[in-house]
Amino acid sequence: MDRKIRVLVAKPGLDGHDRGAKFIARALRDAGMEVIYTGIRQSPESIVETAIQEDVDVIGLSLLSGAHNILFPKVVVLLKEKNAGDIIVMGGGVIPEEDISYLKEKGVQAVFTPGTKIGEIVDFINEKVEKRNK
Amino acid sequence: MTFPDKIVNGDIRSIAKGISIVESGGIKSDDLLNKLYNRNCSYIIGVTGPPGAGKSSLINLLIDEFKHHFRKIAILAVDPSSPFTGGALLGDRIRMQQHAMSESVFIRSMASRGHLGGISGATKDAIKIVSAAGYDLVIIETVGVGQSEIDIVKLSDTTILILVPGYGDEIQVMKSGIMEIGEVFVVNKSDKSGSEKLATTVKWLLKENYGNKSYLPPVILSSVTNNTGIKDIVKAVLNHKNYIEKNGIDRDKIKKRIKDDINILLKRKINEFIQHHLKYPENIEKWVNLVISKKSTPYEIIREIKDNMILDVKEDI
Repeated sequence: MDRKIRVLVAKPGLDGHDRGAKFIARALRDAGMEVIYTGIRQSPESIVETAIQEDVDVIGLSLLSGAHNILFPKVVVLLKEKNAGDIIVMGGGVIPEEDISYLKEKGVQAVFTPGTKIGEIVDFINEKVEKRNK
Repeated sequence: MTFPDKIVNGDIRSIAKGISIVESGGIKSDDLLNKLYNRNCSYIIGVTGPPGAGKSSLINLLIDEFKHHFRKIAILAVDPSSPFTGGALLGDRIRMQQHAMSESVFIRSMASRGHLGGISGATKDAIKIVSAAGYDLVIIETVGVGQSEIDIVKLSDTTILILVPGYGDEIQVMKSGIMEIGEVFVVNKSDKSGSEKLATTVKWLLKENYGNKSYLPPVILSSVTNNTGIKDIVKAVLNHKNYIEKNGIDRDKIKKRIKDDINILLKRKINEFIQHHLKYPENIEKWVNLVISKKSTPYEIIREIKDNMILDVKEDI
């Protein structure tokens, strides 16, 4: 049996708007991936611990409160500390254009804002994971 | 340090990777399991019941209570894979996320990956990984089950069956299958009407079924909302553990599991033999056409294959 792509969909921060996270979780499921959903209000620490225990290839962070510039990079830093810097981090939510380059600088590999076609996200994951597992 | 040693040492990343390896199967998985095989020493609890009965939420509360009795607890939570896309949404974890940072708790979501029976094909091997890593309690949560998905019994030392009111009359609990496998029965959502009546019916049924056997499964009312019955469930599990250890039933269970392992490995090897030696993928079309054109039947084809087969087992397996 082949290895399935495993994705953790997580919501850090304090906002409870999880419609987007749930939509992504379902869409990735329909693309044949195994999606673990943590629920809302997760700390970066618990997201990283969960990602390691679940041995995921990708973490998808969803945030609508505006704290992305702090919380997304924190996840990247903690992953590196735990020797798990190979796990791909992507983000989504209401994120201003000017923050995206900052987040990418900090190791968030892609940022998807409202209006993104779901196929684009699926392609991104497939490509990145294939490269990672080579 | 070698990879298997890292698992034995309890390194979380290695344990997680180990489970992914046994989920993927193949030679890598065989090698790893071979090295870790005889390190099995966990107590294994299976938690099963219909979808939405409260399995994950109950386990979340049970973890706190079991921490007083076990050093390290691993939870393997199985959810179904799509039969169409192979994808899965693994959501059991949401209810247990408060334990994500606990050093003595390891939680892993597993997709059933086409396996029927309530667990995934790799669940039994994932148990071996966490067991080798020193988790002395393993809790397996099955997918939400119906009437006959009872594979969990083979894996667990104690099976907890969780029922909730509203699933039908007493004829439902009198049916064969799932109602016969519990060693601890829990009627959850006891804050809902009908739970007392269900508990009474199940108690009556168990008395009828078990007659004067030395172990009668207890029936416990619980509610996650009101946090009641949790201690009673743990007590009942420990009581059953004590019972099976005293009567040597735990040894019988281990024997049966080893038998199953050998059986499964043998069947796999025989299947590989069929695929390679009999060139199944190439020949199956030909065989089907022989039957369709009425030149042969499946029985005749098999007889012919058998007669022509030179079993050079050493070379082909």
